[in-house]
Amino acid sequence: MPQKGSKKPLRRGEAGRRGDDVRSDTHVSVEIRDSGGLQIRMTSKVAAFYGESIKETADIVLGELTVKHAAIEIDDKGALPFIVSARIEAAARRAGCDGVALPERTVVARQTPRDRLRRSRLYLPGNEPKFFINAGLHRPDGVILDLEDSVHPDEKDAARILVRNALRTVDFHGAERMVRINQLPLGLDDLDDVVPEAPNVILIPKVEHADQVREVQKRIEKLQKSGDNIQIWLMPILESALGVEHAFEVAQAAKSVVAITIGLEDYTANLGVPKTVEGIESLYARTRLANAAHAAGVQAIDSVFGDVGDEAGLRAWGSRSRALGFEGMGCIHPRQIRPIHESFAPSQAEIDKALKIVAAFEEAEAKGLGVVSLGTRMVDPPVVLRAQRLVEQIKRAGLVDAERAGPGGIR
Amino acid sequence: MSGNELLVNAAGRKVPNIVNGQEQVPFMGVAAYGPAGAKQAPPIRSCKDYPDNGDKRVPDLATALERCGLRDGMVISSHHHLRNGDQVALAALQAAAEMGAKDLMWFPSASFPCHEPVIDLMDKGVVHHIEGSMNGPLGAYCSAGRMRGLGVLRSHGGRWQAIQDGEVKIDIAVIAAPTADPFGNADGSHGPSACGSLGFALADSIYADHVIVVTDKLVPFPCIPWQIQGNSVDCVVEVDSIGDPSQIVSGTTQITRSPDRLLIAEYVARFIRDAGIMRDGFSFQAGAGGIALAFVRFLKEMMQQSRVKARFVRGGSTQYLVELLKEGLTDYILDGQTFDLAGVASIASDPRHVSTSPFTSYNYHGKGNFASMVDASILGATEVDVNFNANVNTHSDGILLHGIGGWQNCLFAGCSILAIPSFRDRIPVIVQEVTTMTGPGELIDVVVTERGIAINPRRRDLLDRVRGSDLPLRPITEMKDEVERIMGGAPQPARLTDKPVAVVKWVDGTVLDTVWQVEP
Repeated sequence: MPQKGSKKPLRRGEAGRRGDDVRSDTHVSVEIRDSGGLQIRMTSKVAAFYGESIKETADIVLGELTVKHAAIEIDDKGALPFIVSARIEAAARRAGCDGVALPERTVVARQTPRDRLRRSRLYLPGNEPKFFINAGLHRPDGVILDLEDSVHPDEKDAARILVRNALRTVDFHGAERMVRINQLPLGLDDLDDVVPEAPNVILIPKVEHADQVREVQKRIEKLQKSGDNIQIWLMPILESALGVEHAFEVAQAAKSVVAITIGLEDYTANLGVPKTVEGIESLYARTRLANAAHAAGVQAIDSVFGDVGDEAGLRAWGSRSRALGFEGMGCIHPRQIRPIHESFAPSQAEIDKALKIVAAFEEAEAKGLGVVSLGTRMVDPPVVLRAQRLVEQIKRAGLVDAERAGPGGIR
Repeated sequence: MSGNELLVNAAGRKVPNIVNGQEQVPFMGVAAYGPAGAKQAPPIRSCKDYPDNGDKRVPDLATALERCGLRDGMVISSHHHLRNGDQVALAALQAAAEMGAKDLMWFPSASFPCHEPVIDLMDKGVVHHIEGSMNGPLGAYCSAGRMRGLGVLRSHGGRWQAIQDGEVKIDIAVIAAPTADPFGNADGSHGPSACGSLGFALADSIYADHVIVVTDKLVPFPCIPWQIQGNSVDCVVEVDSIGDPSQIVSGTTQITRSPDRLLIAEYVARFIRDAGIMRDGFSFQAGAGGIALAFVRFLKEMMQQSRVKARFVRGGSTQYLVELLKEGLTDYILDGQTFDLAGVASIASDPRHVSTSPFTSYNYHGKGNFASMVDASILGATEVDVNFNANVNTHSDGILLHGIGGWQNCLFAGCSILAIPSFRDRIPVIVQEVTTMTGPGELIDVVVTERGIAINPRRRDLLDRVRGSDLPLRPITEMKDEVERIMGGAPQPARLTDKPVAVVKWVDGTVLDTVWQVEP
């Protein structure tokens, strides 16, 4: 046992990133000691503005984790409070401390409808906090806080804390809040931190069997024991030949599944073929997935388009994807959002025709006619149904948007 | 040397009544001050004292300075068209140091990090103080209160005004010239160190007592075209190199890749379109910052879609403005400085790409200037406050960061737009009150950030024109509150002493604000 007054560290942990190229992040090291109180040393590029606030955050976080004696070194590069807090907590937990330090919740979780527009979902690497705060300003339909492939295995714990803090404090400006958990079983533990923060959608990676979806659903239900929770939707990601073969049963695995999607990097690796911009190698998988989704009554959502610089390629992919029956795809950069929204938007000709058909249907209804006709042509019931769904869809997307966002048009 | 009294000016800022021994007029309001008297003039010279064959060459800078009568306490000026590649200003000051000169005032049109060795000359007493933009190490030196005199920050137009009105009397102007002839005719658009326009050196050449042209490309008379007239020049010095070309102009200027900044640029372009500013025959000015460049790209697309053509665009020119010219989307580029190789090539070869000076563009004490004729200017800022006052000079901690450039002058455009992020890392840009006032809010019309667009309530006309558009219009106070929420509260106030280290001049020569020493 160290003697009273000794400054010898008992345990040590560090978290966050440092270096000249780091921005909006904080590096923290925590050395637990057995006496001497909290010794906080801080350097920060924003010390002149928020030095006091950073120290206060450290006091609060360490207090919550009941750390009484420790040497804390903070090297801050202008991180926002939720990031500072997450880095201190991660460092302390790596130093062996227990407990959590939840920042005050400043955003209200809102339930999203099952059939919400999900044209675009913007991936945010879970351990890269600087991209979180402005992600919603680019108006994606959803943001995905990713705990899986974009996070190094050694950083899973830190990313989980960061994502939890973000869900409590970051305003995503109306984007649906999604979290991609890790592959099971690790992903089930992710849920413990994430589910209490009421994300709208959990993406489950590398799903091959319906059981995996049910396992996630069970854990969510367990974590949501109390009454007034929001409904958390599930979006399984199929990333292998076997997963694709099970698309329909996966889509039907739980009532909370709202969409199924595909991960093409892993899928093409599984097939042992190169991934191309045309996507011919995944045509079967994607049509199969789209068909299964529609059969199960859930949305079919496509993969991501990896070349951020190739907008024409992205638009071509998006148009083909819509033609196959997909309703949206992922994005890895905010500049992909608008091309995707435009690719998945119906053309003006489609809209005009649908509006005419719906009007003709309503007129026929009003007149008590059994047959809907447009000019001299009779319109079949499935055509009416499709037109009604399209009109519904463009109303949800905002008709003005749909009119103004012509191909290549800047709004 | 600082003023012995502080006065409160019309902007509510405390300013010294005396700066470097000269009595000052405190800022009286945007258009309140009326100048009187005559312009200053250099002494009358005679041809009989200059060689008939026009050959004014001398072997080196020291000889030139000697011919020009270098004495202690003189004002030595230089221009900044060579930007961070400039080797001439420092060489001149160092030559003066070797000749034993003391207490000089260096009067650059702007300083760059390459001028850091001037600190050494100030420590040794060679340079007394600097009147001109200071940033980087020079900014930190001045902010720490280590300079013997007060820094004086002026806009490009304000520098012309100060020279013309006799506030600053240049004893020796040292003009780096990418091409020159032995008579002293000089041009910036050709030569190994080509920088495009030489407009910032024009006032110096007209009003200085003595003028030295320094070149690394001497051509036989005549140097065609000439931007500086040899008739004003005392001596010509030929050197191996006037600067490092890689630091003078960029190979290519880069559009920002930050999605947030692209969003700001796009909002600016949409605003200009939806407010009806973008129409046939319009004009705009945008600098070489990443947001401004991206704005030009977005606007170009909209101009093409609407088949709209500008009458003129104002540089600093870059490849993006040159594209507009080449593709017939503007009739002219009126260029104050040239930022990249495409700009230099264009100004050297295309008669529609015209070099301007601070006299034509910005001088407030003239019979008008171009700045107020421009329909829209797109500008940056380090801070803007809830009253639309803005700061481009100091960091929020009070340390000198940037010069004014043409920024104050551009506020007179039909619609002045600050295109800025609402915060940087954890530093708020939209604040309750600016640390330093570089521009009064009554001249700042629109603030465009990634979180929305705030229109100055004084511009009801602009508000009316964009009402009903899908632009994200918001009150500036609401954006400030949101930024403070994100930052975790208002920032601690800057820790400043009550000792002035520099003043910010308004375009009419009155004192708009004071830069205070930062607490050690």
